[in-house]
Amino acid sequence: MLNIRRDICGYCGACVSVCPEGALELVDAYLTVDHTCINCGICEKVCPLGALEVVKE
Amino acid sequence: MKRQYDMLVIGGGPGGALAAKTVAEKGLSVCLVEKRPAIGTPVRCAEGIGKELLTDFLPPDPKWIATEIERAELVAPDDFSMLLEPKMAGSEVGYVLDRKVFDRELVWKAAEAGAETYVKARATAPIMKNGAVAGAVIEQHGQTYEVDAKVTIAADGIESKFSKWAGIDTTVPLREIETCAQYLMTGIDIDPQMTSFFLGNEVAPAGYVWIFPKGEGLANVGIGIGGGKSGAGHRAKDFLDRFVKRKFPQGRIIELIVGGVSVCKPLSCTVADNMLIVGDAARLSDPITGGGIYNAMYTGRLAAETAVTALEMGDTSKAALMPYDAEWRVSKMGKALERNYAVKEVFVKLSDEKLNAIVHSIAKIDLDEFSTLTLITELIKANPSLLLELKHLRSFL
Ligand SMILES: Cc1cc2nc3c(=O)[nH]c(=O)nc-3n(C[C@H](O)[C@H](O)[C@H](O)COP(=O)(O)OP(=O)(O)OC[C@H]3O[C@@H](n4cnc5c(N)ncnc54)[C@H](O)[C@@H]3O)c2cc1C
Ligand code: SF4
Ligand code: SF4
Repeated sequence: MLNIRRDICGYCGACVSVCPEGALELVDAYLTVDHTCINCGICEKVCPLGALEVVKE
Repeated sequence: MKRQYDMLVIGGGPGGALAAKTVAEKGLSVCLVEKRPAIGTPVRCAEGIGKELLTDFLPPDPKWIATEIERAELVAPDDFSMLLEPKMAGSEVGYVLDRKVFDRELVWKAAEAGAETYVKARATAPIMKNGAVAGAVIEQHGQTYEVDAKVTIAADGIESKFSKWAGIDTTVPLREIETCAQYLMTGIDIDPQMTSFFLGNEVAPAGYVWIFPKGEGLANVGIGIGGGKSGAGHRAKDFLDRFVKRKFPQGRIIELIVGGVSVCKPLSCTVADNMLIVGDAARLSDPITGGGIYNAMYTGRLAAETAVTALEMGDTSKAALMPYDAEWRVSKMGKALERNYAVKEVFVKLSDEKLNAIVHSIAKIDLDEFSTLTLITELIKANPSLLLELKHLRSFL
């Protein structure tokens, strides 16, 4: 599962551009993730602020 | 919002604005949708642009120019710096813009030309007819609109999803994105007419730190690092904080900006039936500098011109829109992208020792204009060994 820390996110869209599944979307200043996320962790690495974490279930 | 337009433009950045303006000036109906409530904010840019590039579009206006730039320095990992100056000292070679005002001005110009503009209006899906894009579903203020368009321009920037929804893979590889953080800082000791670029694997792995002045003691201080180098404890913001602590411990931060810049090759094809892709959405920012304002404006205008011709002919198929793709690839911009991609691939692998040697090789370069081509050519002249690594580049130089 991908945990989005909205208190940290700067809504820049960098993560959206690298997600291979197109699972992320920036709705203005509100980042969302949908069910197509495969927990690959690419977005977690790229975020300049560290707002994303893949949580092992 | 009407049911139908000649052209629908997704995104109100420089690419979308120029596209909408160009089509509106031809008297065609055009609708521009921007998902953010205010054009140009939050800013995701260091705001630098070469003088020649800007004046291709509009005359410089003090309203959106923060500073005129007269020189630049390239700082090696060991802090030795190389000065880049125009042959005529004291004449400006570039500008640091105020993009909040600049982007708004561009959209205003589009509106003035006759384009309909909608903010806080987000494209949420393409309308597909017979496998081709025929408009988009737009959400605004809780309402859903189906907007048909003969041609749609995807100008939706780095976080572009529209082309992806229409079946074109636009994913940027992790190692080919620069992940960026920037502070607008005040109370810092800088040369207000000089941009600075700091290189080095300790300072900014697979990227660089920039200082772009916006006035006395005021500057965009930012960093981009390669996506492959980013992770917990060593993100763009971590490197920036380290740099700022060392260089400007007394400075005050008045704005935080984050963003991503693609430094990959452009999309292999930037048109589809009834659709053209421009600017960052087409992955057209410069692989060395990360600059993309000009590239977005240039491709936005060109895409619109191509679309107008196609609309007049009554054929907006992929084949009819292909001249857009072909033309930007052979343009000065297209060639620069190809060359700078190859140069970037070599530079991101250089050690700090090698970077030091390169910067030490020339104390000062005279530039006609601020072009990466002049810089690269001069660097190679002073470092013939570089040519071995850049062998395949000879044809570009
Ligand atoms: C940190 C940083 C520093 C930079 N520094 C420089 C620099 O110094 N010089 C330079 O030339 N370039 C620089 N760039 C690059 C430059 O900012 C971009 O290349 C430029 O903004 C691209 O313009 P564009 O019109 O293609 O996209 P954008 O300016 O990103 O505009 C796209 C717009 O589309 C909107 N949008 C997205 N999806 C939708 C949707 N579904 N519906 C409606 N609207 C949507 C977005 O909200 C956005 O406003 C920098 C980038 C970053 C991140
Ligand atoms: S990369 Fe980070 S800061 Fe940027 S939108 Fe994604 S989560 Fe937010
Ligand atoms: S973890 Fe992977 S699939 Fe999931 S949102 Fe992030 S990049 Fe996309």
